[in-house]
Amino acid sequence: MKLDELRSKLGYQASLLGSVALLTSAALAFASLATGPDIKAAEEADLKQSLTQVLPGSYDNELLKDTVTLPSAEGEVLAYRARRAGHVEAVVYRVTGYGYSGAIVCVMGVSREGKLLGVRVIKHAETPGLGDKIEPAKADWIHSFAGKWLGEPPIDKWAVKKDGGVFDQFAGATITPRAVVKAVKGGLQFFEANKAVLLDEAGGEK
Amino acid sequence: MNEKYGRITREGLWDNNVVFAQMLALCPLLAVTSTATNGLGMGLASTAVLLLSNIIVSSVRHLISPEVRIPVYIVLIATLVTLVDMSLNAWAHELYKVLGLFIALIVVNCAILGRAESFASKNSVPDAALDGLMMGLGFTLALVALGGVREILGSGTLFANAHLLLGPAFAFLETTIVPDYKGFLLMILPPGGFMALGFLLAAKRVFDRRRAERAEAVAAVAVQEA
Repeated sequence: MKLDELRSKLGYQASLLGSVALLTSAALAFASLATGPDIKAAEEADLKQSLTQVLPGSYDNELLKDTVTLPSAEGEVLAYRARRAGHVEAVVYRVTGYGYSGAIVCVMGVSREGKLLGVRVIKHAETPGLGDKIEPAKADWIHSFAGKWLGEPPIDKWAVKKDGGVFDQFAGATITPRAVVKAVKGGLQFFEANKAVLLDEAGGEK
Repeated sequence: MNEKYGRITREGLWDNNVVFAQMLALCPLLAVTSTATNGLGMGLASTAVLLLSNIIVSSVRHLISPEVRIPVYIVLIATLVTLVDMSLNAWAHELYKVLGLFIALIVVNCAILGRAESFASKNSVPDAALDGLMMGLGFTLALVALGGVREILGSGTLFANAHLLLGPAFAFLETTIVPDYKGFLLMILPPGGFMALGFLLAAKRVFDRRRAERAEAVAAVAVQEA
């Protein structure tokens, strides 16, 4: 058969590989175009949902569009501003702690007075059953941050109880809550250091 | 004809099961089966990819030179997985959040390349499609069995969070087997996966041997055929 002869030719094999690569790339490019807007919309909805969890109350601006990027000790921080009548009432940003197995990414909401509105862990790889009590689905621990600020508890009490602080640790897991407390404390210090810019008041009152 | 389809079905689901007989795809198997629901999700996604890749490989099998077949199969499978990944992310985002991590793992599932190489490249499209479907369902069976055992022993529930995967209509699947269970962490962690898999494999061997002893004459014929 003619095809059999052809199949053993080097040129045929090269062009076969080439055309397979071309066809699959075309399929991927087409799929990427077709799914791109939907994926973006879904991810924005996700982000918005995780941001509003730490932002009780109602705000009248487009949260995802009103952002400011600031340098910090851990690289750049992207903060989202929530406004009422043009006034920044709260800001939301991510902080990262390093727990028992890698990064723990939290999102925290801070009011203009510097009080915590809420903290949520959005990504972690801590041990199931021990360290994962930082998830609100597993335990109430993460809610204990709400209403706290750098004066309450005093700054040297921002630690787990084992280290002389006020926050509970979990039975069998101290490293995880310690990392979260440290990250949140760092986040509050970041707020104090950059308050004017975060609240959009750098150039005086509007 | 019917006998052939029956054989392909039996091979895929039990006799030549990806996990319990071929011992393939253990990496994704052990990684995701901390609950039965995760196992089911991974199994269904793998089945879809296996079915599609078998159909495509089988339909172009006369065009592909044996010398370059492996790279061609790998490119095809990687493309299929990426397509599944993108469409789930766009149109079934809730499901994607549960399964997202596992979908990329399907590319490294050697069972898919294995079926393309050993079955789809030598058989007609309908046969290859049935083989892909049955091998996939057999893999799903193994994933759900292992996930179920680990979930019951590890956290005392079965099919927890099934509604995230299958929709609210399937919330009835979520059962608490042992109320007030304190949890048995070992079974959720990787070592528990290895142990549970070992016991399941042993159980299958015992079951198969008992069945063979009971119908020795029939089994002897089947072995000759295989």
